[in-house]
Amino acid sequence: MSSESLERREAIRSSRRARYERMVEIRVLEDAVRALFAEGLVRGTTHTCQGQEAVSVGVAVALRPTDTVCCTYRGHGAALALGLTPLSVLGEIMGKEVGSIGGVGGSMHLCDTSVGLMPTMAIVGAGIPVAAGAALTAQVRGTDDVAASIFGDGAANIGAFHEGINLAAIWKLPVIFICENNHYGEYSRINLTTPIENLADRAISFNIPGEVVDGQDLDLVVDAVERAALRARAGEGPTLLEIKTYRYSGHSRSDTAAYRPEGELDEWLNRDPINIFGARLVAEGLLTEAEIEEIAADAQRAVDEAAAVAQDSPSAGIATMFANV
Amino acid sequence: MPRMRMNQAITAAIADEMRENPDVVVFGEDVAVAGGPFKTSDGLLEEFGPLRVRDTPISEMGFLGAAVGAAATGLRPVAEIMFIEFIGVALDQVVTEAAKFNYLSGGKVSCPIVVRASAGAGLGFGCQHSQMLDSWLIGNPGLKLAVTSGPGNAYGLMRSAIRDDGPVVVLEPRPLYAMRKEVRTGEDGIISLGKAFKRVEGDDITILALGSTVWASLEAVASAEGWSADVIDLQSLQPWDTEAVLRSVARTGRLATVEEGPLAGGWGAHVTSRVVADLFGELKAPPLRITSPDTHVPFVKELEDLYRPGAAYIAKQISALLETGEVPAHWWESEGAAA
Repeated sequence: MSSESLERREAIRSSRRARYERMVEIRVLEDAVRALFAEGLVRGTTHTCQGQEAVSVGVAVALRPTDTVCCTYRGHGAALALGLTPLSVLGEIMGKEVGSIGGVGGSMHLCDTSVGLMPTMAIVGAGIPVAAGAALTAQVRGTDDVAASIFGDGAANIGAFHEGINLAAIWKLPVIFICENNHYGEYSRINLTTPIENLADRAISFNIPGEVVDGQDLDLVVDAVERAALRARAGEGPTLLEIKTYRYSGHSRSDTAAYRPEGELDEWLNRDPINIFGARLVAEGLLTEAEIEEIAADAQRAVDEAAAVAQDSPSAGIATMFANV
Repeated sequence: MPRMRMNQAITAAIADEMRENPDVVVFGEDVAVAGGPFKTSDGLLEEFGPLRVRDTPISEMGFLGAAVGAAATGLRPVAEIMFIEFIGVALDQVVTEAAKFNYLSGGKVSCPIVVRASAGAGLGFGCQHSQMLDSWLIGNPGLKLAVTSGPGNAYGLMRSAIRDDGPVVVLEPRPLYAMRKEVRTGEDGIISLGKAFKRVEGDDITILALGSTVWASLEAVASAEGWSADVIDLQSLQPWDTEAVLRSVARTGRLATVEEGPLAGGWGAHVTSRVVADLFGELKAPPLRITSPDTHVPFVKELEDLYRPGAAYIAKQISALLETGEVPAHWWESEGAAA
């Protein structure tokens, strides 16, 4: 599993076409997850990331597999982007032995250290200081690894955000704070919970660079994260990136997102990250319209196959209740 | 064996581990330049340098989170919480992140952090700086808890805690920092987590004590007339030494737990239930819990002394149990103090 994750990671780092394919894979898998829930094949809850694919893939392209990534419970996209296979992600979501941690975690808990993914954390903001700590390891050991924490806009109002960034700033830790601003913290729009327009502005109070990034444009995300990683590796300390994007679905599986203003979703659908990047690859001559259709069909086939394999696989057994406690 | 105060023994244990293992790092509020508010890291900055010994902002959630991330990627952080109450703002990182990382990584990401904290009453710090709070920290799978009772086990438990591959909280009763005793250092001084230590042996009752109550219990036994007791210093609460406790109670037939902390939810209830379940038919008397009352730690010295189970009170309660075969009322019940 881990060598396959690493191969998948290298693929998107070296190939623009593979980046497109990975974004499509994420979209298709997230749609499949919602369908599996609807069919009753998955229990609990799940948080999907349709619309945010360029953020996940952009981060995974810009960072090395030896860098550490802390991610949230909305983590399927990041996990796939970092390299986890659809089977390992779907298996985990379905509580199966083939899942990334053997099915003990479910949708909110993925992990694969071979590509730097820490256990994803289901507590808002928790990963922010944890990423600072991973960066501390790099600093103490004198490696040029960096750490990144991917978190939502909702996390920008929790203490861990301020404490984690402050600590990283005073210690000049090689860490990138990536705020994936999808405009909603659970069911509440950001303007109802946060008194500023740009969360990147909060960087000023920590005396670190802060930058607003267009999260629907993969190339811009890659570029921003690469620059932040370069700074971190050079010993210049942390960066706060606010990557603006949009969550097409509700907060979790039971949320229909009826609270969204009319027309908002449509506006964002017009700037779909997969369409934007696909059109650019066509213009660059790296893809044809026919290939775009093939890629979508291939992704669907691969995800369906992974879902079928996962479904037929054994569930986490009683021994897992007592292992690794 | 060198004579040391408990705070010096703690420093020595950390320093010995730091010399052996470059992955051990220390951070917390005022631990580096100032050497710790209780001088539990005095000299570490000078010997190991600012990369490994760091002062943090007053930011427990931040630096315990950083400890988790550092541990998850290979370091062995020893983080100091100045007063155990301050863990309240950072408990997520200990209980929900650190304790679960191994489980949530399929065994790939261990989280060897040590959270050290001063704890307990006795020095007039008032009710927000005087609790033991051990009861918060038991019953969390994946998290270990040790409580020091003096220089000797502070050294030994600290070294084990740093070597442990999972998260460990070590509570250090604040009034004991100044206690000076001979300390066995080096490998021979290391005390395994989960092992109790029998401090005196006797026949009539098993007294389980922890931290400061170890000394009050020993004093009670020393003044006892007509009875003797095993006094067991539990040293660790999670896991606790079931075997040693059951062995002792099987012999004495009676059990008293001496706890600094509220009656409700205390560790004595947790331990007693196991002993009673296993040895019910062999008990010669009902189990006795000697605790603090269910109230806040008082500020005034006379009241704070009353809050902490003292030697005279312990002796009185045990004598009453032995004489009547029944559990006597708590002082606050019998004297109507709570009314």
